[in-house]
Amino acid sequence: MSSDNLPGVPEEPVARHGMFGVTDSGDTSGYGRLVVRRPPKASSARPYGEGFDEIADALEAAAGDAFGAMVERVVVDRGELTLHVAREHLVELMAHLRDDPALRFELSLGVSGVHYPAETGEELRAVYHLCSITHNRRMRVEVSCPDADPHIPSTVSVYPTHDWHERETYDFFGIVFDGHPALTRIEMPDDWEGHPQRKDYPLGGIPVEYRGATIPAPDNRRSYA
Amino acid sequence: MTTIRDGQTAQDTQAGPAEPPPAEGRVYSVNGQDWDQVVEAIADAPEERLVVNMGPQHPSTHGVLRLVLTLDGETVTEARVGIGYLHTGIEKNMEFRTWTQGVTFVTRMDYLSPIFNETAYCMAVEKLLGIEDRVPARAQAIRVMMMELNRISSHLVAIATFGMELGATTPMIYGFREREMVLDLFEYITGLRMNMAYVRPGGVSVDLPAGAVDKIGEFLKIMPGRIKEMRKLLDANPVYVRRTRDVAYLDLTGCMALGITGPMLRAAGLPWDLRKSQPYCGYETYDFEVPTETSCDVYGRYLVRVAEMEESLKIIGQCLDRLSGAELKGRPVMIEDRKIGWPAQLALGPDGLGNSPDHIAHIMSTSMEALIHHFKLVTEGFRVPAGQVYVPVESPRGEIGAHVVSDGGTRPYRVHFRDPSFTNLQAVPATCEGGMIADVISAVASIDPVMGGVDR
Repeated sequence: MSSDNLPGVPEEPVARHGMFGVTDSGDTSGYGRLVVRRPPKASSARPYGEGFDEIADALEAAAGDAFGAMVERVVVDRGELTLHVAREHLVELMAHLRDDPALRFELSLGVSGVHYPAETGEELRAVYHLCSITHNRRMRVEVSCPDADPHIPSTVSVYPTHDWHERETYDFFGIVFDGHPALTRIEMPDDWEGHPQRKDYPLGGIPVEYRGATIPAPDNRRSYA
Repeated sequence: MTTIRDGQTAQDTQAGPAEPPPAEGRVYSVNGQDWDQVVEAIADAPEERLVVNMGPQHPSTHGVLRLVLTLDGETVTEARVGIGYLHTGIEKNMEFRTWTQGVTFVTRMDYLSPIFNETAYCMAVEKLLGIEDRVPARAQAIRVMMMELNRISSHLVAIATFGMELGATTPMIYGFREREMVLDLFEYITGLRMNMAYVRPGGVSVDLPAGAVDKIGEFLKIMPGRIKEMRKLLDANPVYVRRTRDVAYLDLTGCMALGITGPMLRAAGLPWDLRKSQPYCGYETYDFEVPTETSCDVYGRYLVRVAEMEESLKIIGQCLDRLSGAELKGRPVMIEDRKIGWPAQLALGPDGLGNSPDHIAHIMSTSMEALIHHFKLVTEGFRVPAGQVYVPVESPRGEIGAHVVSDGGTRPYRVHFRDPSFTNLQAVPATCEGGMIADVISAVASIDPVMGGVDR
C-alpha cells in the first residue's frame, strides 16, 4: 500500500522548523529538518473532577439555555479550571459568577492579557482570575478577540476592580474594552504609539561590547525555541 | 520662586522661555520653600477650587506616585491617581530570558518584598512543570522562613514611613533600625540585602550558611522587645490615634468591589489570609493566627500589621526548629531532578558569591559531561510544558499572583503579576474624597503601595 491511499490525518499547523532560530546560514546543528507542530487546542470533557463539575452545574443552572452559546470550551489543566467564553456573553456570565449563591466569585484578581499571533481569529486574550471566598475556590475566564476587531465588553460594572486592570490590558495589548468609564493608557505615556506587550512589538535594546566581544540585544540573541 | 501663568493670556511673572499656555485656569508652579509667595499669590484668587498635583516626587507619596487632588478649601472633592512613572517593562523582558533568569527580574518588582515575588513566580513555574511535590521540604521551610522575615521587614518600612509622613521621626528611625537587622540576615544568607533572586524554580539557590540559625535565633530574641517598643510609641499615642482613627474608612463591601486584599481587607474584619485559607509551601503545618480588626480605618490597618509581625516571629521560630531538627538538617535545598535543578550551589569566594569551587573543579577538570550539562542548563535552560497557571501568595500587601503562560519553550511566553499595590491603590478615591487633604497622606500610607510593584 502506498502512502497515496492512506486517509488524511489531521495535523496541527507547524510552529517552527529547525532549532536555534537559524535563518541566515546553513544549519550545522543537526536539527535542520526538525518540524515542531503546535500543540492541539486543549479542551476537557466531563467529569472535570476537583469540584469543578459543581461550578459548571451551577453556572448551567444560572445561565439556562444561553449556557451553550456562552461557554465555548472548558479546560481543566494542572488543577485549574478555565472557561473560554464568547465575548458577547461575557458581562452576563460574570454577573452570574458573582451573584449566584452556588458560585459567589466575589473577588476578582483582575485582568491579564495574552497575545497569540499564530491563532488566527482569536489572537488577543483577556484572562480573568476569579476567587470565591464563600466557597474557597478559584477559576479563570478567558475571552478572545481577533486582532482585526480588538473589542471586548468591559466588566467594570460587575467587578469595579477591573477599572485599572482593563486600562493596563488596553495599554499593553490594544484590547478595547467597550463601556469602560475611561479607557486611557495607565503605564505608558499618553502619547505612546503601539502596545508594548504584543508579540509583534520589539523589545528593543542595543548591542553591548564587553572585552572586545559584542553581545547582541536580548531579542536578537540565539533562541532555543 | 513661585511662577504664575494664566490659561489664555500666558503672562509669566518671570521672563523665561515661552511655554505653551495651560489648558484652563491659572497655574502656580511651586518649587518648595516658597509657601509665603504661594499664599500671597492665591489670596486674591477669584475661586476656592484648587487642583493640586501631589507628586510624582512628593516625599510622602511612597515613590513616584502622582495624586491629582481637587480641593475645596482643605476638603478633597476629587482624588485621581497617576501611575506609570516606574514602569520598567519587566514582564516584557522576561519573555526574552530563560525561566530561571526570570527570578532576577521579578525580585525587582515589589522591591520591599522580593522573596514573595520570587516565590510566587517559582511556584508558578513548578506548577507548570508539575514538580510541586518534588521540591525538597528543607527548601520549602527556608522559603517560609525567608518570607516571614521579609514580611517583618516590609511591615517595618510601612510603619516607619507612615510615622515619618505624619511627622513622627522616631518610628521612622526605629523602624529602619529594626529592618536593618532583617536585611543583615538576608545578606548573610543570600549575599544580598535586597533583590536577592534567592528562590529558584525547584528550590532555593543556596542552603543556609553556617551560623545562620544562631543569628536568626538572636534576632528572634531581640525583635519581640522592639515590636513592643513600637507599640508603646504608637498604639495609644494621642496624636497618632487622632490622625489615624476613622480616617480612610473602607468597609468589606468596598474592599470586595475594589479587589482589595491584605491588611486592608483584614482591617475590615474578614480573616482572609491565603496562608490559612489556601495554604502553600506547607503553611498548613505551622501554628499561627490571622489578626483582624473591625474598624476599617488606618489605625486598624496599623494594628493588623503589628500583630502580623508578631505572628511572623512565631512562624520563624517554628521554621528554625524544623531546619535544625534531625528531619531536615543537611537535606538538599534544590530538586534532585538533574534536568531542572541548578547544577551548582553558591559559595563565598575571595571575589564574592559565585559557583562553588568544588563544582568549578568538577566541570573544568574532571568531567566533560558535567561541563556540557552545566553549559546547556545555564545557557539554554529547561523546557516547560505548554499551558497556563495562576499562583497566588499572601504578600505583606495582599495577594500577589503570578499568571504564567508557557508555549513549551525555554522562555516564558507571558508572565503577568497581579500586584496587590496596583489593585489597592484604586482605593485612593474611595478613601480620600470628602476628607481633609492631610488625611490623604494617612490614607495612601495605610495602603502601603510600592511603586516598583505597581508599575512593574
